[in-house]
Amino acid sequence: MAPFAYGKSMMVAAAVALALPTAALPSVALANKANDTLVYASDSEPENISPYHNNLREGVIVSHLAWDTLIYRNPKTGAYEPELATAWTWIDPVTLEVSLRQGVTFQDGSPFSADDVVFTFNYVLTPEAKVVTKQNVEWMAGADKIDDHTVRIRLKGPFPAALEYLSGPTPIYPAAYFKKVGLDGFSKAPIGTGPYRVTAVENGKGVKMEKFKGYWKGSPLGDPPIGKIEFRVIPDGETRMAELMTGGVDWIWRVPKDQADQLSAVPNVTVLSAETMRVGFLQFDAAGRTAADTPMKNEKVRQAIAHAVDRQAMVKNLVGGGARVMHSACFIDQIGCTDEGVPRYDYNPDKARKLLAEAGYPNGFETDLYAYRERDYAEAVVGYLRAVGIRANLRFLKYAAMREAARAGKVPLEYQTWGSFSVNDASAFTGVWFKENEDDMSRDPKVKALLDKADTTNETAARKDLYKQALSMIAEKGYLLPLFSYPSNYAFTSDLDFTAQPDELPRFYAARWK
Amino acid sequence: MLAFLLRRLAVALSVVLTVSVIAFLLLHLSGDLATDLAGPEASPEQVARVRADYGLDQPLVVQYGQWLAGAVRFDFGRSFYFRESVASLIGDRLTITLKLGAIALGLALVFAIPLGALAAVKRGSWFDRAALIFCALGQAVPTFWLGLSLIIVFAVNLRWLPVSGNATWSHFVLPSVALGWYAIPAVMRLTRNGMLDVMASDYIRTARAKGLRPRTVIFKHALRNAVVPVVALAAVQFGFMLGGSIVVEAVFSLQGLGQLAWEAIARKDFPVVQAIVMLLATIYILLTFLADLLNAWLDPRIRVA
Repeated sequence: MAPFAYGKSMMVAAAVALALPTAALPSVALANKANDTLVYASDSEPENISPYHNNLREGVIVSHLAWDTLIYRNPKTGAYEPELATAWTWIDPVTLEVSLRQGVTFQDGSPFSADDVVFTFNYVLTPEAKVVTKQNVEWMAGADKIDDHTVRIRLKGPFPAALEYLSGPTPIYPAAYFKKVGLDGFSKAPIGTGPYRVTAVENGKGVKMEKFKGYWKGSPLGDPPIGKIEFRVIPDGETRMAELMTGGVDWIWRVPKDQADQLSAVPNVTVLSAETMRVGFLQFDAAGRTAADTPMKNEKVRQAIAHAVDRQAMVKNLVGGGARVMHSACFIDQIGCTDEGVPRYDYNPDKARKLLAEAGYPNGFETDLYAYRERDYAEAVVGYLRAVGIRANLRFLKYAAMREAARAGKVPLEYQTWGSFSVNDASAFTGVWFKENEDDMSRDPKVKALLDKADTTNETAARKDLYKQALSMIAEKGYLLPLFSYPSNYAFTSDLDFTAQPDELPRFYAARWK
Repeated sequence: MLAFLLRRLAVALSVVLTVSVIAFLLLHLSGDLATDLAGPEASPEQVARVRADYGLDQPLVVQYGQWLAGAVRFDFGRSFYFRESVASLIGDRLTITLKLGAIALGLALVFAIPLGALAAVKRGSWFDRAALIFCALGQAVPTFWLGLSLIIVFAVNLRWLPVSGNATWSHFVLPSVALGWYAIPAVMRLTRNGMLDVMASDYIRTARAKGLRPRTVIFKHALRNAVVPVVALAAVQFGFMLGGSIVVEAVFSLQGLGQLAWEAIARKDFPVVQAIVMLLATIYILLTFLADLLNAWLDPRIRVA
């Protein structure tokens, strides 16, 4: 075929194809409903399917499908309910006694008992286990068997968030099987007590699961309505979108706003925007590590910046569905997080200019804004700062590089985000950014002291009051300017009944076909 | 010929070695590997432990020496990310990439050689000009854009072919076209130029003077000779394609070497990146070496150059 003719026919084919109304084409998506297989896709695969050995969200999803935890946090009410544990009692502030459920079996048919809990917790605390996210377990000192169905969990110190951790990143492993096959064997053929059994782990491709027929009755996770679940790794966002449109996959997430808008016009695809626990914020070199005379050391400059940024407009025009403006240095629904009585900064560029003049910068100053994601959000911040005279240059880096620079004290102003590992407790936010550790850019011992006390106080009202004091101090001094919570866009086949939660944990065991 | 062979072999080996040093240095200069590996929430102690665990606290020369010592025994270490042997990780993926590359090259040759030959025969015609414009455009189109366009047209709208994955042969059609496209302009131009040279030569004039049919002259006498350098180019293009498959495999979610490379770079999985760079470089150098030999065999003047 002559090139011109080829080019022409290509163009004609493309034009015809693009002009074809998608509605007129057969929907392949039905095939999956017919096969009772829910295929979900994401861009990355966990390095190891063993939940203690990866820190990827994709790993967390599989973890909740294949493994049970001791406690269940009801996503609707936030209440802690029995799961593998039927009851729990604090013997003292550092000892939790847990009664275990009887009649539960692992997916290989072996019975679940106290030995499994004791083995799991004691194993993950050993250095040899090389647990990836140590915070998830290192609040424990160990676990002891009392009898076949009772264990005691020893804590290193008072830790009010213990129940939250026991309901999330601490799944229970089968002791005998794990000891037999080791981590390498376990990662290729894992076993849990959860609602789905992993049938295949394919490197680079994904994970296949099917409903565990022996799953214990009465689980708060319920009896999963869908028979098979398949996770596929598809690195490219556009390809994931195309797969969804052609019915190759049934569910995708983290869809950028523009793609979500496009997808919402596609028949048979439902787009859902839901808030997540991730909060975007500006952090300042209040400790003056970049230079002794950095403007960021000046409280009035930080307050000026807080007045300069129109957060509401950013939410409305850039961030989109599900997001809210935040006023406290945490995600507002986290336990202990509050913005009541915490100083707020309204959008007021005149006031910002006035504050800058008072601080000794009537003509503004030049600075660098470091950012690593959502370049458009960071650029909007740069625009707002320029409007009041702060000439900010955007330094857009890879996360690791930005963190390295910030930890080395080279960053005057930073656009950061934090998802708290989905831990529904304010400590998971404040503990990272204000406890004088390497990510703390303000290093205020008073804030740290308040947080230390709040993190270890078991009495809820007193704890909330301590957080309130700390959060008020952070806002007043302008150590951190919370911007907004992040939404996440999900897109899935309209055949699927799916509900999203702010903890960014899609619960496929609760999804059903319509 | 033997001296030429040895000389070329020495050059090839030194290039492989240079590539390994450059790749090693670039990977190590791209930021602190230990901080990246330890993850966002790691404490300085954890980072230090990772640094010691992976031998990243050793001087660069020692690290390179250890790597080289392993590499000559085909031991490329363990993946930082998957904690699996790099050799087995790559082995699984290489087949897919070779399959993709072979189909893509086949498609490119089948398409580009006849078009290049025809453009030469019809030199100066609208067809020739169109072919040259097509070559320029073909080279200007980015692979990922072409891949996504193919997906939109043939998978999303027409639904003739699957979007991604590697379950059946049909899964390889769109990625092969996207990858093969890359080689078409070069092959086409070389065929055209080769044909123009050959067509102007005495023996073609003689063949024509003998009254042979134009078709016989073009295909039997001219094309056979004009296509010889294309074979050498094809070998080199195949090497390029294996490297270029990184984008195509990511777009079409093929679990080949390219996708592994892409993921490994993103995760700073240094042993995997280094091994893939070396493998691709070695294949490329080997193909160039073979092309050199072929050319030397065809044209004795090259041997003394």
